[in-house]
Amino acid sequence: MSEKNKLFEKLSENFGDRILETVLSFGEPVVTIHKKDVREILFFLKNDTELSFDMLVDLFGIDYPEEEPRFEIVYILRSVKSNGKVTVKTRTGEDGMDTVSDLWKAADWLEREIYDMFGVKFADHPDLRRIYTDDDFEGHPLRKDFPLEGRDYDKPFTVTLEEERRK
Amino acid sequence: MEKRGIGMGIENSVPIKMVDYIINWSRKNSLFPVTFGLACCALEMMVASSAEYDIARFGAEVFRPSPRQSDLMIVAGTLTKKMAPMVKRIYEQMPNPKWVIAFGACASSGGIFRSYSVVQGVDQILPVDVYIPGCPPRPEALLKGLMELQKKIQKETIKDRPLITLPGKTA
Repeated sequence: MSEKNKLFEKLSENFGDRILETVLSFGEPVVTIHKKDVREILFFLKNDTELSFDMLVDLFGIDYPEEEPRFEIVYILRSVKSNGKVTVKTRTGEDGMDTVSDLWKAADWLEREIYDMFGVKFADHPDLRRIYTDDDFEGHPLRKDFPLEGRDYDKPFTVTLEEERRK
Repeated sequence: MEKRGIGMGIENSVPIKMVDYIINWSRKNSLFPVTFGLACCALEMMVASSAEYDIARFGAEVFRPSPRQSDLMIVAGTLTKKMAPMVKRIYEQMPNPKWVIAFGACASSGGIFRSYSVVQGVDQILPVDVYIPGCPPRPEALLKGLMELQKKIQKETIKDRPLITLPGKTA
């Protein structure tokens, strides 16, 4: 418990009002921040010698269609060094936010997943393409307003290979 | 108009029937499946080639690592739209004559995945010869499907599947 409070203390010491909310949820610290501070605060969490959150366990989005901004982006960090764990939450709309793929390489594909499933764009991402669905897919399947079965799942499906296209 | 060559009706003559019989017999008893699986059905396919079920009894035990050496494609598992171009390419790389078995509910019809990401049956992109239902089908079902395919091959004629196919032509 004391370590987690130390985490909150360190954050409020360094960032003050920019930490919007700190909660202990089931004994795990959860920090809510504004999306424009994401890079700075996550950089601090990673590079602070004591905290040293060197591992990005998961990075995912949640869609709240009635709320504004609409999407919640959640970072789950672990520290191999100090055995710490922290969840960082932020909100963003469709306009997107900054990438953290230069801090953790794991964020590269995870951000592509969020882009594919929710349509949130990450500025300065090295290779922001769809990752799960096919390249000419339309829509973002994990949004709540996306139909469960998709728009044209029952239409005939054809494949044209590249060499056929060239002919 | 006078008919010449194969159109003259010699395909129904006794020598051609015998040639058909011999060629079909040799084709059906040495099917080379391509080593290829998409999902959990592939495990049942592997079990079918194990000692317990022994697909070698029907002459189809040589799972080739290259599509260029195989003539049977067992599509075992869910075909997603993302995977579809690769599967079609593997099929196109196989030399003629070639056959396709849709193994399992997903390969036959999309199965439980009535969804935007899944092809609703591989027959939308490949010509399927035998459908095997089940989720997943037991290895016995694959053996049964293989026997049905052998019966089907025995009924073919070299008119439909020529002995030699030139590159770029489809049978």
